[in-house]
Amino acid sequence: MLSVAFRHRLPGLSLDVAFQAPRGVTALFGRSGAGKTTVINAVAGLLCPDAGRITVGDRVLFDSATRCNLPPAARAIGYVFQDARLFPHLTVRQNLTYGQWAARRGRGEDPDRIIALLGIETLLPRRPGTLSGGERQRVAIGRAILSNPQILLMDEPLAALDDARKAEILPYLERLRDEIDLPILYVSHAMAEVARLATTLVLMDQGRVTAAGPVADILADPATAPTLGLREAGALLMARVAAHDDDGLTRLDSAAGPLWLPQLAAPIGATLRLRILAQDVMLATERPQGLSALNILPATVQDIRLGDGPGALVRLAAGDEAILARITRRSASALALKPGQPVFAVLKAVSVARENVGQG
Amino acid sequence: MSDWLTPEEWQAVALSLRVSFWATLASLPLGLWVAHLLARGQFRGRQLLNGLVHLPLILPPVVTGYLLLLTFGRKGAVGAVLDQWFGIVLAFRWTGAALAAAVMAFPLMVRAMRLAIEAVDPRLEEAAATLGASRLTVFATVTLPLILPGIIAGAILAFAKAMGEFGATITFVANIPGQTQTLPSAIYSFLQVPGGEGQAARLVLLAVAIALAALFLSEWIARAVARRIAGA
Repeated sequence: MLSVAFRHRLPGLSLDVAFQAPRGVTALFGRSGAGKTTVINAVAGLLCPDAGRITVGDRVLFDSATRCNLPPAARAIGYVFQDARLFPHLTVRQNLTYGQWAARRGRGEDPDRIIALLGIETLLPRRPGTLSGGERQRVAIGRAILSNPQILLMDEPLAALDDARKAEILPYLERLRDEIDLPILYVSHAMAEVARLATTLVLMDQGRVTAAGPVADILADPATAPTLGLREAGALLMARVAAHDDDGLTRLDSAAGPLWLPQLAAPIGATLRLRILAQDVMLATERPQGLSALNILPATVQDIRLGDGPGALVRLAAGDEAILARITRRSASALALKPGQPVFAVLKAVSVARENVGQG
Repeated sequence: MSDWLTPEEWQAVALSLRVSFWATLASLPLGLWVAHLLARGQFRGRQLLNGLVHLPLILPPVVTGYLLLLTFGRKGAVGAVLDQWFGIVLAFRWTGAALAAAVMAFPLMVRAMRLAIEAVDPRLEEAAATLGASRLTVFATVTLPLILPGIIAGAILAFAKAMGEFGATITFVANIPGQTQTLPSAIYSFLQVPGGEGQAARLVLLAVAIALAALFLSEWIARAVARRIAGA
């Protein structure tokens, strides 16, 4: 468990953050300039905060009270930078094992296993100058893991890549999360990545933590919508692949009810993570008839949050799951929505985007 | 070789090569350290150090040679100590010629190395530190290999400068055949004697050839190293 609490003044930004990152992927999410990279650099030891305390388990990395400030080399962290930062004069193999031969860190993960996990077997004799952006980033991830760290830090590892390369790396990150027993602190400003990878979410805005907790809870909380941005607001659902129908649709079972999606590649029984954007959810007070939408879930209104503009965010309870709907204020008053009222949530099938369907 | 050059001429060439070799080799570690200080150091007096290093480049060589004589001569502040405690005498010896050449070549060497160090991305060194490498290991495994072309360029530039050094050398260690008569001093001596132009011309050609060879060698090595780093 990583535990972070510190204050630091930068020109133009004053940080005061406190959060905990348990096992799994903790995503640090916020706009550019929110201070995410400063936080990760403070954990890595590349920046010395004005005051505070940073610990991993019972190991103190930084404590201004006892003047303890371990240098980066002594922190047992693995840092994956946005720009890979591979050593250009070394081969991929030498880069991967740098932590072992140069820094004499003990052997942690088996190199062959990590190399296979990241699919970089064929790159080993090459030099970083000849690699593509996606390949470079995979090697950087491997290099960080093979330095035998106690915690993995990733600073927007996909930000410098185009969508095709992102799609290439995301599955590897998911495999890492599921197969390597390391807490991962993942900085991102792309909600699609966060929704797919994160188990814990820490929202940051202007140097402050505005919300922190399990990712599904935070995303379904209308109060977090201003930080996330209204377009990104929306809930996460866990669902299991139940059947592939003949007409090209896949049936998923979730705690909120059955859902149909255009044919998914996932096998029957696989657990998926679905993301339902608030702007793609319509509400009806009676079960709609004669509507083309396939996915209609019975739900109960939990609370209604009016924004500054003409919109309103409605949190619904559907089975054990939470769903977020974004409607206009006018509709909210026309339907006379109030907490406890039963409604039907109409999800456009296309709204559950393929790239947002993550395993895990 | 001996048919083409008289023993006296050959002596001058061999001495010049020896003086330049040792001048370059001995100043390499100090040059690297000073270049690193100037490129990365954050300390008071950085500009002063920078000025001091560049002084031999802007002072008349005669002045540098005279200052060397004052400092390292047998009666000089440092020279006296070296003589009495260690029995080392620099003035009017080939070792003194090497010292003069090293001092004169030092600014060029430091400049090339400093530029190379400044071109190294400090974020790569940060990355090495997060992987667990100590500062010394980071320098040895990341910084040093990346600045190797600059070190080679600096060393060869210094060697070429040392080969051509004249003013400070002749002032500090004079022009004793077989002792301190380097290639440029020998050319100068031949030109002082009526009818010596022929001998001088042969040595001039040789000096040009050595300088060009050094230049091509440095280009070739630097390109080979750069290719290795770019990863063909």
